[in-house]
Amino acid sequence: MLPASSKMPHKQPPPPRKQSISMGRGARKRDEDSGTEVGEGTDEWVQSKATVKPPDQLDLTDAELKEEFTRILTANNPHAPQNIVRYSFKEGTYKLIGFVDQLAVHFTQVGNLIPKDSDEGRRQHYRDELAASSQESAKVVISETEILEEEEEPKEVEAGSQTDVPIVEASEKMAEEELMTPKQPKERKLTNKFNFSERASQTFNNPLRDRECQMEPPPRTNFSATANQWEIYDAYMEELEKQEKTKEKEKTKTPVAKKMGKMAMRKMTSMESQSDDITKVTQAAKIVERMVNQNTYDDVAQDFKYYEDAADEYRDQEGTLLPLWKFQNDKAKRLAVTALCWNPKYNDLFAVGHGSYDFMKQSRGMLLLYSMKNPSFPEYIFSSESGIMCLDMHVDHPYLVVVGHYDGNVAIYNLKKPHSQPSFRSSAKSGKHTDPVWQVRWQKDDMDHNLNFFSVSSDGRIVSWTLVKSELVHTDVIKLKVEGSTTEGLEGLQIHTVGCGTAFDFHREIDYLFLVGTEEGKIYKCSKSYSSQFLDTYDAHNMAVDAVSWNPYHTKVFMSCSSDWTVKIWDHTIKTPMFIYDLNSAVGDVAWAPYSSTVFAAVTTNGKTHVFDLSINKYEAICNQPVVAKKKNKLTHVQFNPIHPIIIVGDDRGHVTCLKLSPNLRKMPKAAQIQS
Amino acid sequence: MKTLVNFFPDLFQAEVEETLKRIQSHKGVIGTMVVNAEGIPIRTTLDNSTTVQYAGLLHQLTMKAKSTVRDIDPQNDLTFLRIRSKKHEIMVAPDKEYLLIVIQNPCE
Repeated sequence: MLPASSKMPHKQPPPPRKQSISMGRGARKRDEDSGTEVGEGTDEWVQSKATVKPPDQLDLTDAELKEEFTRILTANNPHAPQNIVRYSFKEGTYKLIGFVDQLAVHFTQVGNLIPKDSDEGRRQHYRDELAASSQESAKVVISETEILEEEEEPKEVEAGSQTDVPIVEASEKMAEEELMTPKQPKERKLTNKFNFSERASQTFNNPLRDRECQMEPPPRTNFSATANQWEIYDAYMEELEKQEKTKEKEKTKTPVAKKMGKMAMRKMTSMESQSDDITKVTQAAKIVERMVNQNTYDDVAQDFKYYEDAADEYRDQEGTLLPLWKFQNDKAKRLAVTALCWNPKYNDLFAVGHGSYDFMKQSRGMLLLYSMKNPSFPEYIFSSESGIMCLDMHVDHPYLVVVGHYDGNVAIYNLKKPHSQPSFRSSAKSGKHTDPVWQVRWQKDDMDHNLNFFSVSSDGRIVSWTLVKSELVHTDVIKLKVEGSTTEGLEGLQIHTVGCGTAFDFHREIDYLFLVGTEEGKIYKCSKSYSSQFLDTYDAHNMAVDAVSWNPYHTKVFMSCSSDWTVKIWDHTIKTPMFIYDLNSAVGDVAWAPYSSTVFAAVTTNGKTHVFDLSINKYEAICNQPVVAKKKNKLTHVQFNPIHPIIIVGDDRGHVTCLKLSPNLRKMPKAAQIQS
Repeated sequence: MKTLVNFFPDLFQAEVEETLKRIQSHKGVIGTMVVNAEGIPIRTTLDNSTTVQYAGLLHQLTMKAKSTVRDIDPQNDLTFLRIRSKKHEIMVAPDKEYLLIVIQNPCE
């Protein structure tokens, strides 16, 4: 609805007032305009011929009067502003907006009509039909409600947005309806009363047949899983492993062993699938065996851990040894314990070498490794053809055990590999000894990082063996010669009588210095660098020296024992011993305690173990205890455990007994000073 | 040791058999049984009904115990489980796929 507005070039004279009474044609037009306001009647009444001009009316010339003014009807909104200026942020100035909205709204009304074709219209139509169909089948009783529905229907059809009005009307109508009798339903068809007959025909209904097909339900299984924190962790760890594996595969892909790798992989996978069920229980079986043993030897385990002999408080100068476990194995029953060694890394593991000291009865040998956690069965078993006379475990590689045999061979066993055979073995070609090897000792790796050990034997040679690329290479270090025994042989040859080495020990700090005990009873102080001469000789014993040992704390002191019933303590700078102990029986072995510089133990063939503490009693043993049941049992070796206060003692029946030291025997000296 | 098992199964089979025999003949041991991951007994020295009962019950208990330990610290794992009762002691050692159960009467 646009208003008509006139756009005129000139100023228009003001329209005549209603009061003006003007005659004449020109005036008459105006008059007619004004006349319509006043009414026709007035026009007839006022018919004078004189034109009356108002005094302030403009006087225009004829030309001016005849001038045509064009009036244009435009559709512009007269109220719309024509000079809107807006600030433009883009340019940063005020800009004149040329186009101005010309829309002027005069009248609005919200209507309630909706087109028939729209969604809402269709919906209502549909509802209409439903309501109508339900009405036809309804009974009179519910006609009221129908009527109400009907009444409401038209309201709905109208789709009034003004809901209050129809509701009000409906409620009014409802009130009316209740009073009124029920209206008739929809109009019935008009029928001829005379001869109208309804005809109907029914077609034949085809018989219906149901056809169904049922299949076997797909097999269903129930699946359930839990998502715990550890399951998530496991999943992540698996992912990590897979990634690492792929990385490794990529790394190893470059070498030629590509095909080999595939074969190996296939083998591995097939092995894994084929491996028998029972082998996977290995680890669990081991644990259970230990548990079962722990139960059986429960009191022993408790003693080992917690028992302290209370009586030691009253016995100042004496101590006792409490027997703990006894280790024995059927296979090694008739073999004597020839060597004992604690594992430097695992404090509960120790190695026992079995062989025979009897020259006449030589048979096989065994190497058994026991753990204190399982006293009934050894952890590792190795057997050899010749008796084992000595053994040593490497400090840095606790899985390497070097063994010396009665037939003069040396061998290295690798505990990581389960084979019963030694990893490396010497032979006649590689310079084995011609007499039993009495002692072996690991040394530090040589400059090429090859493993290195020394052995001493009755053939008078001290040999250094080096493991070079899985072969044992030997070097004679020293040949023991008995001084003053060179005899003149045939054709002026000088025959030296070779001494027989029976024991040696290396100095803990001075690398090249070591002691050798011989069968003649002498102890030689030697150096690795001098192969023909001894640094010093000590006339130690009357019979063969069974063991020599440097003191772990006092670098000058060493100890020796022999079958001549004595144990002697020496200072290596002095030719005569500092202390001599007579133990009434051949001494099999002596060992210094790792925790004190003044404590040492000695075992004798009468089955007794003697423990000395020089800071308490310089002349007598503070413990003197028979350890084995039968007196005929000879004790052959003794070793202190580096950590726990226990010692193991081996006898010639193949038994190893573990004993706990009572507190008195374990006293650590405050001022470790040995007085000569 | 575990990886070596895959390469030398025959070697280890005999060893495991021996270990199990030793455990069975140890003082006080009433019975041993090996149960797989689903709770089905594979090998046993007791009668069938007892075995099935022990297997089912202990399997569930071990799973619960393992779950408990790992929930507290996922890097930790159950080593073994001991149940001491008035009459005897039941020891369970779980493995990756198997469960080894030993019933012992510890002499007191």
